[in-house]
Amino acid sequence: MNFPRLQEKLEILADAAKYDVSCSSSGGNRKNKKGGLGDSHATGICHSYTEDGRCVSLLKILLTNHCIYDCAYCVSRKSNDIKRAAFTVEEVVDLTINFYRRNYIEGLFLSSGIFKDAETTMERLVRVAKKLRKEHNFNGYIHLKSIPGASDEIMKEAGLYADRLSINLEIPTTRGLKLLAPEKSHDQMIKPMGFIKNELNLYKEEKKIFKNVPKFAPAGQSTQMIVGATDETDLKIIKVADHFYQNFKLKRVYYSGYVPMLEDKRLPSIDSQVPMLRENRLYQADWLMRFYGFKADEILEKSNPFLDLEVDPKLAWALRNREQFPVNINTATKEMILRVPGIGRKSMYKILTARNFQKLNLEHLRKMGVATNRAKYFVEFESQNIFNKYIDDFNFRKIILQGMKSKFQNPFSEQLTLF
Amino acid sequence: MTILLYDGTFEGLLTAIFEVYEYKFDPAEIIAEERYNTESIFSATHKVSTDQEKSDRVLKRLEKNIGKKGISQLLKVYLSENENAERLILSAVSQSILFPNEYILENFANSDIMEIAKITKSVSREVHRMHAFVRFEKLQDEVYFAKIEPDFNVLPLIIRHFKNRYQDQKWMIYDLRRHYGIFYDLNEAQFFEPALEQTSQLKRTENILHEEEIQYQKLWQRYFFKTNIPERKNMNLHVQSLPKRYWKYLTEKL
Repeated sequence: MNFPRLQEKLEILADAAKYDVSCSSSGGNRKNKKGGLGDSHATGICHSYTEDGRCVSLLKILLTNHCIYDCAYCVSRKSNDIKRAAFTVEEVVDLTINFYRRNYIEGLFLSSGIFKDAETTMERLVRVAKKLRKEHNFNGYIHLKSIPGASDEIMKEAGLYADRLSINLEIPTTRGLKLLAPEKSHDQMIKPMGFIKNELNLYKEEKKIFKNVPKFAPAGQSTQMIVGATDETDLKIIKVADHFYQNFKLKRVYYSGYVPMLEDKRLPSIDSQVPMLRENRLYQADWLMRFYGFKADEILEKSNPFLDLEVDPKLAWALRNREQFPVNINTATKEMILRVPGIGRKSMYKILTARNFQKLNLEHLRKMGVATNRAKYFVEFESQNIFNKYIDDFNFRKIILQGMKSKFQNPFSEQLTLF
Repeated sequence: MTILLYDGTFEGLLTAIFEVYEYKFDPAEIIAEERYNTESIFSATHKVSTDQEKSDRVLKRLEKNIGKKGISQLLKVYLSENENAERLILSAVSQSILFPNEYILENFANSDIMEIAKITKSVSREVHRMHAFVRFEKLQDEVYFAKIEPDFNVLPLIIRHFKNRYQDQKWMIYDLRRHYGIFYDLNEAQFFEPALEQTSQLKRTENILHEEEIQYQKLWQRYFFKTNIPERKNMNLHVQSLPKRYWKYLTEKL
């Protein structure tokens, strides 16, 4: 093994892959077959966290950063003057196995630049996964990028070895994609997503009849959109995400705040900030749709298509719909308790079970871990709750904000208010 | 008040609980012998000798009332080494006997139960962290070796995970704080307690590393550095997710 050369490749191809945010290793259900290596953990494991606070669960690399495309938002675009490298299949397998044995990672996330054509690239990705599964009896997590334009046959084979497949939509709007990546189109990306969805359904049906159906991408498929590279609204992004959750049964939609790295007049300036707060709000909205029973239309309205940066989307909804509150903790439905700002799914579950034993009050909620600084205004009990009176107050939003501290608070804001 | 002294084992604790009922000690306090150092003139002490049969009877009753899930929660409280562990477990057992048809561990409005839920959560989180943060080093004899210093005594709770995962490599995880470990020899995973003179060697492994080991560590460190996006730097989140006390055993933070 030529370690210095391998290290150089790893540095180039990890650096090029890092803008793909998905690092999830959950949803896999691959068990260690007698005497093999690896066992997927249903909930996923984050083995480390980088200094930007993101989880490191998978060895996330490109097979190569050679690419025939010239997408403006991508660091590996053809016209960008950067160092190029390519791993051999054996090198990726060796790195994966050796990192996994030392408990550094849950598995591999392999993507690639398009080095000749879609089919050849996809074939090479599949060869890595196949070698890991067949020759090394590897049962860790494998996430493969599906390359739009590859044949259905190779896509199908990919699903047999991978736990998750994904295709990035890149830019949420068709217009934006056309502007930044003229060689790509959403139709071209949606086709394989539809194919994978149908295959997933097929395997699910067969599984009901036959016991030993091989696994097909058991952790489903996901996608990613870049946020802030073009002028799309949050409402548009949420609608697109909702569309894919509803119609393509995606496991996850990831939002990636655009990191300015290239000078291009079609893109935001190189000095612009990464829209991290906006990205965070989008994830919160995404959670509301997937776990809190909110519909896309409830989160944002056409008249006001951007998420409130000052308050989270659930609190924003509550502020717009004050007539729904206060909610009686001891009698309300699960759905309504979930809509109370400051009450998450775990607290909701605790409330539902604990109220079978006795009537609850605010102190109980606090001990259960509810964020009572927000929740206290929106809940009621058998005894009187003095905080309810603020709901109708003209300054209610301000009163609530005073009781909260945002992690994104501008460090200079306090000084400025002195004047 | 009667103080029951037991040997510090889980079976001993269950025996003590059995005897609280057997001899109708009320009020009662259960303390591990090695932690008991105050001679209290106002309370009688009762020495418990661990009895497998009594312990099993308590377990059987618990299984009926709160199920395996409940027992596993109480085991976590025991392994937390929390100074109130015995009191909380006794309290949970008494409540489950009073209300055998309720899953009393969900009565979160009760302060003992809420404390049990909190401790269980902390222990489970530590188990999860060990699944994540254990870092093996390959030694010359092909054994993958890891040192840990968990906040709670979670080694017994992580065996199954590592056994399922690593079946074709020998591995060893050693708790530096509690001076015992697990060794998997390709057949089974067993506890071991090294002799005093061996413990210093387990602490220092740099001379017995496999020749490839440093290379892969370096590759991992470089990967870790390169996968970071400097424009998004967020050290608060970094330290919150990766608490500093774990850094000394994390290859990527060395």
